[in-house]
Amino acid sequence: MTMGLVESALDPARAVQSEVVPAGEGWLARIERGQTLRIVDLEGNQAVDTLFFSAADPRDRYSAVDTIRVQTSLYLSTGSKLLSTSGASLLTIVADTCGRHDTIGGACSSESNTVRYGHHTKSMHSCRDTFLLTAARSNVPLSKRDLTANINFFMNVPVAQDGGLMFADGISGGGKYVELVADADVLCLISNCPQLNNPCNAYNPTPIRVLVWAAGARS
Amino acid sequence: MARSEEWSRFRLKLPGGGTWSHVLKRHTKLRIVDVDGGANVSAMFFHLEVPAERYNMPDTLKAQYTAFLTKGRVLMSDMGRVLCSIVEDTCGWHDTLCGHSDAAHVESLYGPKPYEHARNEMHRNARDNFLVELGKWGLGKEDLVPNVNFFSKVVAGNEGELAFVSNHSRAGVHVDLRAEMNVLVVLTAVAHPLDPSPKYAPRSVELLVGECPPPTPDDPCRISRPEAARAFENTERYFA
Repeated sequence: MTMGLVESALDPARAVQSEVVPAGEGWLARIERGQTLRIVDLEGNQAVDTLFFSAADPRDRYSAVDTIRVQTSLYLSTGSKLLSTSGASLLTIVADTCGRHDTIGGACSSESNTVRYGHHTKSMHSCRDTFLLTAARSNVPLSKRDLTANINFFMNVPVAQDGGLMFADGISGGGKYVELVADADVLCLISNCPQLNNPCNAYNPTPIRVLVWAAGARS
Repeated sequence: MARSEEWSRFRLKLPGGGTWSHVLKRHTKLRIVDVDGGANVSAMFFHLEVPAERYNMPDTLKAQYTAFLTKGRVLMSDMGRVLCSIVEDTCGWHDTLCGHSDAAHVESLYGPKPYEHARNEMHRNARDNFLVELGKWGLGKEDLVPNVNFFSKVVAGNEGELAFVSNHSRAGVHVDLRAEMNVLVVLTAVAHPLDPSPKYAPRSVELLVGECPPPTPDDPCRISRPEAARAFENTERYFA
């Protein structure tokens, strides 16, 4: 099920929202139940670190471990239901031209950069800094405690049978996208990853486009 | 098996289904023993003074290029520090990818068994146990993060498909954690959420706390990888 390559019939010209998120920037938006969210990897090999929260109760949020356990698969693709901690489906992936997305690799942070790449990287830009700043600038009461294991759209983190884990070259390319329908009113918090120290962005972070279609656009 | 003076601080038998929290002080250690075999212990770890800092599954795994935990590896916080080192492990593989059971899962697998009918033989689940125990420390839903499942093994196939390995843990195996910070440990002895056994039979575990010398410069966990060494440096800077 991991290579669920499915294209979407939705017309970008009919989207109610279409925005470019530059590399290293954040994006926070409310997606209503039934609306469709598409994330486009404009130039290819760009990791898009993403968290979802129930709009009704942001403490009930996307749970990577519940999602992968219930679908008994590590990777996300078409058909994956993104479950919250309480077991509710927040969104479902309905189209995917990339084929596989990671949800165990987490988001980079200033502190984890020091561990992974050396103390000299402490002041480099990171996803969790973007999450904190984007949340702090908003009127949504999200704090560090709300930041948990996220989705890395377009990122490839294969796990071997012997339990080895690696960060592989991306399988994404320019123009590839993933599309999700909201099964509940949700908040979507994105960090368009600024990481320069590993191949998750091909050492060159690039912009993405996010599009939202109204509920009913698929019918 | 365990020299008594080495584990002089604390010793407790936690019955299957039970929950426990404890402040594991820096440079003390916790041994968890699977008494009868087939146990699972779902556990979370927080920095006592600032519990917004906590065990971080992705940071722990990616820094050590592993999808499971065993001897020689460390449990990292989201702040680039070492909460605990795994200094001994006779089991060999502990899961941290699969989360923990909740009430709906336990009822669907084993049927309903509420307190009113079963008294304290009621069916327990990890989620409710965590919420109760976290609540005692002023923590709650915001603090439910990916946990460790000691004594459980889940492997991934080529396409990412997950398979639970039955009969993985044997009677008497144990894992020893050395705290590198003052760590709030919250754990519960209930079945792994992918354990297919249709019988509700959470195993009891023994918990021992003892003295432990600080890690030396050539400590096996510290020198296991340069990433681990830097996480130890970050931890030591916090206490500097």
